[in-house]
Amino acid sequence: MKATHHQTKDLKRADLDVQGMSCAACANRVEKALAAASGVHSAAVNFATKTATVSFDPQTIDVQHLVQTVVDTGYSAKAGSDQFSTKEQEVSQEASDAEYHEIRLKFWVAAILSLPVLAIAMSHGRVAALNFVGSNWLQLALTTPVLFYCGRQFFTGAWNAFRHRAADMNTLVALGTGTAYVYSVAATIAPQFFAVASNLDIHSHSAGAPVYFEAAGVIIALILLGRMLEARAKGRTGEAIRRLIGLQPRTARVLRSGIEQDIPIEQVVKGDIVIVRPGEKIPVDGFVEQGSSTVDESMLTGESMPVQKKAKDEVFGATMNKTGSFQFQATKVGKDTALQQIVRLVREAQGSKAPIAKLADVISGIFTPIVLCIAIAAFVTWYIAAPVDTRLSMALLSFVSVLIIACPCALGLATPTAIMVGTGRGAENGVLIKGGEALEKTYSIDTIVLDKTGTITRGEPVVTDIHANDPFSPDEILRLAAVVERGSEHPLGEAIVRAAEERKLQLPGATNFNAIIGQGVEAQVMEKRVLVGNSKLLTDRGIDVQPLQTVAEELRSDGKTAMFIAIDGKLAGVLAVADPIKPESKEAVEALRKLGLRIVMLTGDGKRTAEAVARQVGIDEVHAEVLPEGKVDVVRQLQQEGRKVAMVGDGINDAPALAQADIGIAIGTGTDVAMEASDLTLIRGDLRGVVTALSLSRATVKTIKQNLFWAFIYNVIGIPIAAGALFPITGWLLSPVIASAAMSFSSVSVVMNSLRLRAYRAS
Amino acid sequence: MDTSEYAVLVAGIALIAFVLWYFFGAKEKIVAGLNISGIQEVKVTVKGGYTPDVIEVLAGHPVKLSFYRDETSSCSEELAIRDFGILRALPAFRETSIEFTPEKAGTFEFTCGMNMLRGKLIVKLG
Repeated sequence: MKATHHQTKDLKRADLDVQGMSCAACANRVEKALAAASGVHSAAVNFATKTATVSFDPQTIDVQHLVQTVVDTGYSAKAGSDQFSTKEQEVSQEASDAEYHEIRLKFWVAAILSLPVLAIAMSHGRVAALNFVGSNWLQLALTTPVLFYCGRQFFTGAWNAFRHRAADMNTLVALGTGTAYVYSVAATIAPQFFAVASNLDIHSHSAGAPVYFEAAGVIIALILLGRMLEARAKGRTGEAIRRLIGLQPRTARVLRSGIEQDIPIEQVVKGDIVIVRPGEKIPVDGFVEQGSSTVDESMLTGESMPVQKKAKDEVFGATMNKTGSFQFQATKVGKDTALQQIVRLVREAQGSKAPIAKLADVISGIFTPIVLCIAIAAFVTWYIAAPVDTRLSMALLSFVSVLIIACPCALGLATPTAIMVGTGRGAENGVLIKGGEALEKTYSIDTIVLDKTGTITRGEPVVTDIHANDPFSPDEILRLAAVVERGSEHPLGEAIVRAAEERKLQLPGATNFNAIIGQGVEAQVMEKRVLVGNSKLLTDRGIDVQPLQTVAEELRSDGKTAMFIAIDGKLAGVLAVADPIKPESKEAVEALRKLGLRIVMLTGDGKRTAEAVARQVGIDEVHAEVLPEGKVDVVRQLQQEGRKVAMVGDGINDAPALAQADIGIAIGTGTDVAMEASDLTLIRGDLRGVVTALSLSRATVKTIKQNLFWAFIYNVIGIPIAAGALFPITGWLLSPVIASAAMSFSSVSVVMNSLRLRAYRAS
Repeated sequence: MDTSEYAVLVAGIALIAFVLWYFFGAKEKIVAGLNISGIQEVKVTVKGGYTPDVIEVLAGHPVKLSFYRDETSSCSEELAIRDFGILRALPAFRETSIEFTPEKAGTFEFTCGMNMLRGKLIVKLG
């Protein structure tokens, strides 16, 4: 049961599942009780769906009290949840399984009964054993159950659609097989009316008038077979999302009032302390409080390497704990977890519009009536144009063939199946695609703008080099520099403190701390006067930096920031801090280049650092010293040059640039804000994901194009052939049996082509 | 041309005219707009089409469309309201509820997964 909480003005809305109501009067009673509760604005109880929909003032009453109100009336109730659950999935899976089994049974019945009919028809009266008096009656007896039992759904479906002044697939099948059947029955009962010396090649029967029972029967069998294959194949298109929902564990072990207890996952609330043991799935999202472990997050991020987790690290529901035990505090539960967000996003993407399919949508809307008209026109044309002795047969055959070969399903399946498989496959690789339109725009991208910090580099400066002058040791200068920098809040200073802590160096206290803005810091540490800063600061204090100037210069040319350290007025060494390039960045840039993209790097850093980083990863085009608000302008400028621009950045600072770009790609932000602003979201902070996203989008759009082309071409060529367009040239008229085989094949092949995307491997 | 040929020709033209009129002609509109406590709930029966097939709602208020699929015909097994990014499987003989809040006024389509069965959702400013 699904339910939600919606905000309308100040009122909130909740759906409750109510159990135990046996009649409409019970529903009435529950409704009255709820409506009478204070704070309830209105309540409606639906007896059929066993739900109560309540609109209430959250200041006065909450969901728990609403539940209690129902319980007090003598029924049981629980608050619905808005999660995508395995339960919902099971219900629809059960239903589609039942449908599948029914179709399969009907197919076999149809196939077994139609086979003898086909044998009699194909023998053309030449096989003595099959050429007996009353063979038409036997065919009638065999075909009737095929039509009215196996093919019943086509007739009822067609009739239902007809009443709505609509026509669909069923209309075509029902009319085609129905016509062949009704004519054949008439020709069997009263052959004298039809026996106009019928000597059409393929149907010369001893009994007089030709009959087409095999057409009716075999068409039903083949179309059922097509449906069966299509249902199986279509089921597989949604596999990725089913797997995602299925990842969610059903229970969680929480610590409440000091007692460990297993509870259903729906009952976990924010703030719960959750215990996870080795080999267990993490139930919800939260932050580690105690313990450490490695966690396999591949199901969410596509990253196959397990991730180290320690106190204060974030963990995600549905990921697998590997080696250690830990406790964490739940911060996101229910529909707010990363997994649920991903599922919601992928679902929305799968239901989205794809502009490329606009024409196909228009056509599929008018397709069936138009095909009906073509079939009638073919009948009339052949009835008038063909010789008198074969005109009825030819008119009938072309009428039935046109109806049967026309396949609106292939057109209708072309786009949605590809989007379904493409977005699902993306989610499995940690790439979330917003929808059909985003896919298409990604296809035409020719320029990619990369933000340096956090995208190409790690976004967190670290100490990379320590050069110590005799008699000082590297550890000592790092230690003293860290003590001095501890007072500063500069990111470079933080990097130095972190490096010292990592080396487990003792950090004593400092006195007389003094920060010289834009130059450095100084302080007194255990009787020593320590100075950390640029060459200007040291020179001003009369210290000669010449001995280490070359080293510092080299470091700077590598894009690092060099800082001198002086102890008691003597030059002690130089420290280099840099935002390290992620190891995979170079490879990713190379792969992007191979996709034929113009690559541009953006950064707020100085030119020198920017160029050094660009050189190391292989980018030639750099915009340095760009202020955050200037990023939008760079994107706009590229667009004015006529480029189709994709912008890669961390959704929060870069949101305006992401929105301005033709395609915004948010990287490594997990599942937060960025999703709204961006067209593609990479869960993992790895630039290679961009390559995956772009190439998967391209592959998906290519598949859509192939599908649409195939579906159009199939109908454009198939329908005229079925109408007999080739007959004047080749003397060849398509048999309805072949037409039905072609039709079944065409829709299955479209789905199969989409399924090829499942084999897409992240580069 | 003999008599039967004339008859077939005339009947054929008449049939084509009927098909075009019947399937593309103006449809009878059923407007079902309902408003209980801020939620606009509409029940739709799915059987070879949608009843009602024209639904009028107000913008800015949550809408709950409950689709009851009263058939097994696979044509109606999915429901799409693509302007709202909704694609949902409709299990046969079950009610499936779809909720969303239309923010803008306009006319939107809801269709089957293959775009053959159609209905209209008219969103008006409240």
